[in-house]
Amino acid sequence: MKLSLRIWRQPDADTPGKMVSYEIDDVSEDASFLEMLDVLNERLIAEGEDPVAFDHDCREGICGACSLMIDGQAHGPQAATTTCQLHMRKFKDGDQIDVEPWRAGAFPVIKDLVVDRTAFDRIIQAGGYISAPTGTAPDAHAVPVPKQDADAAFSAAACIGCGACVAACPNGSGMLFMGAKVAHLGLMPQGQPERHTRVLGMVAAHDEAGFGGCTNTGECAAACPKEIGLDVIGRLNRDFRKAAARAA
Amino acid sequence: MSTDLQTRTAAQPGERARAPQGPWRSNIGLKIIMAVSGILLVLFIIAHMAGNLHVFEGREEMNAYAAGLRSFGEPLLPHESFLWIMRIGLIAAALAHIWSAVVLTRRAMVARPVRYASRKPARGESRHAVATMRWGAIVIVLFVVWHLLDLTWRTVNPVKDIHDAYGAVLATFSPERWPVTVFYLLALVALGFHLRHGIWSAVQTISGPNTKWRGRTQAISLAVAVVVVAGFAIVPLAVTFELVS
Ligand code: HEM
Ligand code: SF4
Ligand code: FES
Repeated sequence: MKLSLRIWRQPDADTPGKMVSYEIDDVSEDASFLEMLDVLNERLIAEGEDPVAFDHDCREGICGACSLMIDGQAHGPQAATTTCQLHMRKFKDGDQIDVEPWRAGAFPVIKDLVVDRTAFDRIIQAGGYISAPTGTAPDAHAVPVPKQDADAAFSAAACIGCGACVAACPNGSGMLFMGAKVAHLGLMPQGQPERHTRVLGMVAAHDEAGFGGCTNTGECAAACPKEIGLDVIGRLNRDFRKAAARAA
Repeated sequence: MSTDLQTRTAAQPGERARAPQGPWRSNIGLKIIMAVSGILLVLFIIAHMAGNLHVFEGREEMNAYAAGLRSFGEPLLPHESFLWIMRIGLIAAALAHIWSAVVLTRRAMVARPVRYASRKPARGESRHAVATMRWGAIVIVLFVVWHLLDLTWRTVNPVKDIHDAYGAVLATFSPERWPVTVFYLLALVALGFHLRHGIWSAVQTISGPNTKWRGRTQAISLAVAVVVVAGFAIVPLAVTFELVS
């Protein structure tokens, strides 16, 4: 199929960018969105032009590196799907597709479609961990965990840290990401010792990085490729309230 | 050649609001302040709505209710003391609510500085909230100012006798002053949308229910919004259409 793309091109962090149009023919329906961009880049390199920079790594929906705003939707039109797992059969011949980077004050553009997401790493460093003695792996049932908690923690742990939630949020808030981490660790016995310091530390790092506050509009959960729900934000709020009351 | 390794400048983090000090100045802390003050305002608004319905009992009953608010607790409490405690609480809640709303809105604007070139309709669970909460709030502020000038201080109301609440209500919504009624109804629509999102959002902020209970609070929130809007709207409509006179 034939597509016209409009892609955000920006040479580096300090130079203003703009949307640039590209026509592309013979796109295979079986290509993923990133493979379609690979084909475009081959052509740009052959023509001596700068290829379009975009983030990617595993290309199987598990690493969280890919990050494109496709036609105004984070990770494109298909629900519960990362950009690397989105296939061109979701589009029609002759479509015009807009491709933009994540937009958020805390995620500055580095080049073209690549943004700097180290703000998420700083949130994790501020509390998204547990302290546990290392050594040989413990027996699987050494620490009993109720099935419901294990399932809920597992669902929250599915977050791949892609940042689509921030990109989709009208307030540039990282609450869904942070909530997923707080829920994942806070539901497990191993996460209890640091439960209060974790939430206070993560929230401080989140605000310090310049993410906005949550207004519960739910755009994040609608965009999330791992279907993390708004209940994790509720849990985050609850843990925060208790920890802040204690700290006061 | 473009595939050469190039050094590049590190990205500068975007401009951001001043880093908050202490947990209660954080985004979630302010959100809790907004939610608690909002719930106090909701309680006030429900009581106010119920109080207004005294208009259907006639002049004596309505004015007796208004006088009762002033003399509540007498002779144990001084005249109007109960009313002033309520007023001070209400003013404090309103100021806390507006202050936290303004700070959070400013932070949100800094956190999302660049618009997308391509925009799709929102698809979140409470997708109308962004437009209705912030713009609706401005309508509500304007309405509250008018309302105080009209029915509290009577500056713009023909009935100056503070003890004749009934007469003031009839005068303000008299058929020839229909623009006042239209503005009142418009403000009620804004309030209705504000409550529809605000109540469940406050519960989410304060207590963080699970998915099942979140659905229930959303339904309760909508029901309260409908009852409040209907209860307030029935008074001006009844006066304008001369069902009460
Ligand atoms: C006087 C002018 C008012 C202003 C400027 C205002 C502003 C706001 C704003 C900006 C929000 C945040 C919306 C969001 O999170 O997206 C909000 C939330 C809320 N408002 Fe108001 N509001 C006003 C009046 C009221 C009134 C009269 C009530 C109750 C009758 C009320 C109840 C609430 C509640 C319950 C929330 C939810 C708090 C939360 O999200 O956690 N507000 N308000
Ligand atoms: S919560 Fe979802 S959208 Fe946000 S970072 Fe995690 S996987 Fe990505
Ligand atoms: S490239 Fe790893 S999730 Fe898309």
